Amino acid sequence: MINLADMAFYLFAFITVASGFLVISARNPVHSVLWLILAFFSAAGLFVLMGAEFLAMLLVIVYVGAVAVLFLFVVMMLDINFTEFKQGALQYLPMGGLIGLILLAELVTLGSAWAFGDVVGQNITAPIPAASDVHNTQALGQLLYTHYIFIFQTAGLILLVAMIGAIVLTHRQRPGVKRQSIADQAARRPEDAYKLVDVKVGSGVALPTKKG
Amino acid sequence: MTGHLPSLVPVLPEIILAVGAMVLLLLGVFQGDKSYTQVTNLSVALLAVAAFVMFGEVGSSRQITFGGMFITDAFALFAKTLVLIGSGVALLMSGRYMRDHNINKFEYPILVLLSTVGMMIMISASNLMSLYVGLELQSLSLYVLAAMNRDRIRSTEAGLKYFVLGALSSGMLLYGISLIYGFSGTTDFATLAATLKGMHEPAMGVTVGMVFLMAGLSFKVSAVPFHMWTPDVYEGSPTPVTAFFAAAPKVAALALFVRAMFSAFHGMTAEWQQVVIFISIASMLVGAFIALVQTNIKRLMAYSSIGHVGFALVGLAAGTEAGIQALLVYIAIYLTMTLGAFGAILTMRRSEGMVEDISDLSGLSQTNLPMAIGIATLMFSLAGIPLLAGFFGKWYVFKAAVDAGLVPLAVIGLVTSVVSCYYYLRIIKIMFFDEPAPAFEGGQGRTVGLVVGVAAVLNSPVSFLLISPLVAAAAWAAGSLIL
Repeated sequence: MINLADMAFYLFAFITVASGFLVISARNPVHSVLWLILAFFSAAGLFVLMGAEFLAMLLVIVYVGAVAVLFLFVVMMLDINFTEFKQGALQYLPMGGLIGLILLAELVTLGSAWAFGDVVGQNITAPIPAASDVHNTQALGQLLYTHYIFIFQTAGLILLVAMIGAIVLTHRQRPGVKRQSIADQAARRPEDAYKLVDVKVGSGVALPTKKG
Repeated sequence: MTGHLPSLVPVLPEIILAVGAMVLLLLGVFQGDKSYTQVTNLSVALLAVAAFVMFGEVGSSRQITFGGMFITDAFALFAKTLVLIGSGVALLMSGRYMRDHNINKFEYPILVLLSTVGMMIMISASNLMSLYVGLELQSLSLYVLAAMNRDRIRSTEAGLKYFVLGALSSGMLLYGISLIYGFSGTTDFATLAATLKGMHEPAMGVTVGMVFLMAGLSFKVSAVPFHMWTPDVYEGSPTPVTAFFAAAPKVAALALFVRAMFSAFHGMTAEWQQVVIFISIASMLVGAFIALVQTNIKRLMAYSSIGHVGFALVGLAAGTEAGIQALLVYIAIYLTMTLGAFGAILTMRRSEGMVEDISDLSGLSQTNLPMAIGIATLMFSLAGIPLLAGFFGKWYVFKAAVDAGLVPLAVIGLVTSVVSCYYYLRIIKIMFFDEPAPAFEGGQGRTVGLVVGVAAVLNSPVSFLLISPLVAAAAWAAGSLIL
């Protein structure tokens, strides 16, 4: 007899795999993104089943809420002909499938032959406390903001440098760019723009030498 | 388990620099680009404050904080002092050049400050993760600095080239780190050293990972065969930025190299020694022979710096405490020589703009004798002529190599040193015996002249007086690394 949790697991797992497959097989790229959102959502359900509610919420808020919507915008805005992309994808299947199989075989070999030495085993002590002591949000917070606070802050500095760099390298005065100056336009008077000249018959006019 | 606040005292100089850089950034943003001079001066003051705090509060005692991520000791104090001097002098020299080329943006000193923070983290790193973030903070700032002059295609190219190759080297470094972590189960230097001691022979994966780590670090110190970016980046970047590149980041990366090899991989000295010997010989050869055909003085200095890194690595290759001491003496002397030489390059300015050809120096003795004498002293010192500071640096590294039984390495070093004399002496010959070229325009400000003058005096036979305190300080710093 399957209990409720198992049923939920199989349901979410099936939807995740199925929608993952549909992401790559859908013809319409907008549909692909929508399937991707479903895949994220079902994966979030799997996280909840495993008791990692923080990661589940993160997945929904960050991936579904921000990243997938961003994808959707990009797909809609960039007018790329995706059907052309996909043409001929099938002819790469035998080669790609073969390489995939080799990779899988290598991973299996590696996994079965993997062993830790004595000393190495002692080193790999999880820096997080036991799951019964703290819930997983607290454990993540302790890792990020207590154990690795130094690296976290330095990474923040790196992002600051990236931001400064992007601004320095792109925000610059280009020579020869004409900008609209509304103040100048509004301040322009008729007498700046034209001049009335009384012309005597037969003498012609001198060209204005200087603009007013 | 409740986290208690880690001791922040060892990190005080870095915190001061980082917070100060952010405050100056705000100042610059509010005042616009006219605040360039003000922000630069305040940045130099900030570096001085950081140095003051470093000597007053942190000191040379061995302190570890953030769960083993960060360490300060005499070695860190020595190397950080050099880095702070290098950054400060490079900032002081830059004012006029940046204004002339219309790149006097206030972000320039801010990026120099932030990359200095990265260098100090590198020097103090005692974990592979803090090593990486420090290195990345420093490198990312340097990429931006190289491309600072956006209106010149060469500068943009230099920045792009540096960025792409730097990203590649970071990739190799990270690959090495992941292998080391996978096979030893730790990223902490002390635990790693204990783990390696516990193994009968080092695991293959750790060895391969260490070689990748060394490849990444070699890129940062521009040692052969990872030097390809150096000439183009040095030539393309604005000259004050090149002066900065050649001074402080080299010191930081060499210090990081030494600390990683000695405190994490001390149990594998035989393995890394071979690699260091190879890159050291290759760097000395490339630095000596390819520099012979250069006509641009910035490219020449690039190859010269590759050669000098090779000489400094001879000290590391020795693998002894005396070797580290020699390396520290060498990089301290190299710092004065290179800052002085780039100060001299900054004075090479005619009405049509900056000139960078060696032939532009011809007959300088007749148009500006004091400057010619200053440059000549620095070139003699770079060549390692006896009685000048550069000679002592080379003498100590070769002595360390001979004492460690690496006689062939020392012999190759001597030969390449003699070959490299040719191009340094050629500059002196051009300055003193060739037909004078039009005189350079003055007005680089007193700072640049002062830097060249001080560097020349420090490298002149006056260095006899200074060499013994320097050697003593280096010995004390090297001693703190060997436990």
